[in-house]
Amino acid sequence: MDLYPWFDSSQIDVLIFVIILSGLILYFIRRAKKNPDSVYIRRISGLDRIEEAIGRATELGKPLLYLNGLKEMSAVSTIAATNILGQVTKKIALYSSEIKVPCYDPVVMSVAQETVHQAYLEAGRPDAFRKHNIFFISNDQFAYAAAVDGIILREQPAAILYMGYYYAESLLMAETGVMTNAIQIAGTDAITQLPFFIVTCDATLMGEELYAASAYLSKEPSQLGSLKGQDAGKLIILVIILIGSILSTLGIMWLTDIFSKA
Amino acid sequence: MVFLKKQIPLLIALVTGIIFIIQFFVPHPASQNLQAWVTKWISIVTGTALLLGLTSLIYLHYQKVKNKTTGWGFSLVVFLGVFISLMAGFLPTIINWLTPSPVLTAGMTKGSPLIWIFNNSIAPLQASMFSLIAFFMASASFRAFRIKNIQATVLLVSAMIIMLGQIPLGGLISSAIPDTMTWILTVPNIAVRRAILFGVTLGAIATSLKIIFGIEQSYLGSK
Repeated sequence: MDLYPWFDSSQIDVLIFVIILSGLILYFIRRAKKNPDSVYIRRISGLDRIEEAIGRATELGKPLLYLNGLKEMSAVSTIAATNILGQVTKKIALYSSEIKVPCYDPVVMSVAQETVHQAYLEAGRPDAFRKHNIFFISNDQFAYAAAVDGIILREQPAAILYMGYYYAESLLMAETGVMTNAIQIAGTDAITQLPFFIVTCDATLMGEELYAASAYLSKEPSQLGSLKGQDAGKLIILVIILIGSILSTLGIMWLTDIFSKA
Repeated sequence: MVFLKKQIPLLIALVTGIIFIIQFFVPHPASQNLQAWVTKWISIVTGTALLLGLTSLIYLHYQKVKNKTTGWGFSLVVFLGVFISLMAGFLPTIINWLTPSPVLTAGMTKGSPLIWIFNNSIAPLQASMFSLIAFFMASASFRAFRIKNIQATVLLVSAMIIMLGQIPLGGLISSAIPDTMTWILTVPNIAVRRAILFGVTLGAIATSLKIIFGIEQSYLGSK
C-alpha cells in the first residue's frame, strides 16, 4: 500500500491564493481583450525613457548596451528582461541603431540571440541583425563586471539598460556608466541593489515594474489585462493585512493563525 | 516552420508549467524524483550551453585579434587563459591515465593545478574587483547626498544617522542615534522592502502564468 500522500495539506493556503490570483488575472485578460479601452495603465517614466535612450543612440551613432542580469534563464527576472529585450530590439531595428548584449549565462545568450533575431525579422530588417553582438562573457560575477566595465569605457555606448537580477556588481557597472555620461535605465527585482541603481541611473524600474515593462511596451490588451489582475491580487493582500492588523491589535488571532505555518 | 518555432515551444511551456505547479503541491516520492530528474537535465543543458558560450567568446576575441581593434592584446590574454585552464584541467587526468598509479592531483581537488590557478589568480582578482565597490560607493553616495530636494535631504539625514549609529561614536554623542538607526532599519525600511516584495512576488506569479498560458510570447520574438 502506498503510504505517501499525494497532496501537501500544509500548502493549502498557497494553492487557494494561486487559484484566486490566476482566476483574477485570466478574468482581467478576458475583459481587456473584449474592451481594450477599459484598461488604464499609469505612466512608467523609466519605460518612456527607453525611447529617448534609443533615439540618443541613433543620433550619436553609438550602440545601446543591454544587460540581462546575472541569473539563469529559469529566473522570472531574466525572462522579463528577455521580453523587454525583444521590444527594445524592435525599436532599435526601426531606428537602424545598434544593440550589444553581453551575457552572463550561455543559455540566456542563446535565447537572447533568438529573441533579437526574431525582433529584427519582425521589424523588417533581418539584414541588420548581427548574431555576434549578443555574446557570452563569463559566468563569474566579477569577471563579467570587469568585462562590461571595459566595454562601457572602450565603446562609450550612448545608452545602457540593466534589466534582470543583479548582485554586488551592479554598482561597479552602473557607476562606470555614469562616468561615460550614458543614459542609464535599470529594472530589477533585486531589492538590495535598488538603491545603487537609483543613485546611478536616470530611471529605475522597481520590482514589479520590471515584469510590467513588456506589457507596457507592447500595449497588448491581453498583457495589460494581466497587470490589472495583479493589482486586484495586491488589493486582496492589502485588505487581509489591514483586517489582520486590526484583529491582532484587538487580540483576535484567528486570521493571523490561518497564515502562520507550524 | 511557424509550428516548430512557435507552437511547439508554447506547448512545452504549457505542459511543463502545469506539471510543475502540480509538482509543488505533491510530496509523493514520485513527484520529488521528477523534480530531481529535471534538475539533472537542466544541469546537462547548461553544461552543453557552456560550449556555445565558449565558442561565442573565442569567436568574439578572434575577430578582435584579426581586425586589430583597440585593446586586441587583451584578447590574446583571453586565449592564453583558456589554453592554460584547459591544460590544467585535462593534463593531470591524461597523465594519471597513462601512468600505472596517479602521480598528479586532478580535477577540483585540493592541490590540483586548477585549484592553484583559482587560489592564485581568480580569487585575488575577484577580491580586487569586490574591493573597488567601496570607492564606487563613495562617489555614488557623494552624488546622491547632494541636497537638491526634500527626498535627497531625507536620504542624507537617514544615511548620516545609519552611519553614525553603526559606529561607537554615534552612541557616545547620543543614545538616540543607535535607537533611531534601529527604528529606521526595522520600521520604514522593512515596510518598503515588504511592499516591493509583494509586488515582485505577484509580478513573478503573473509573468509565469502569462508564459504558461502563452499570453506572453515576447521571449519567442512575437507580439
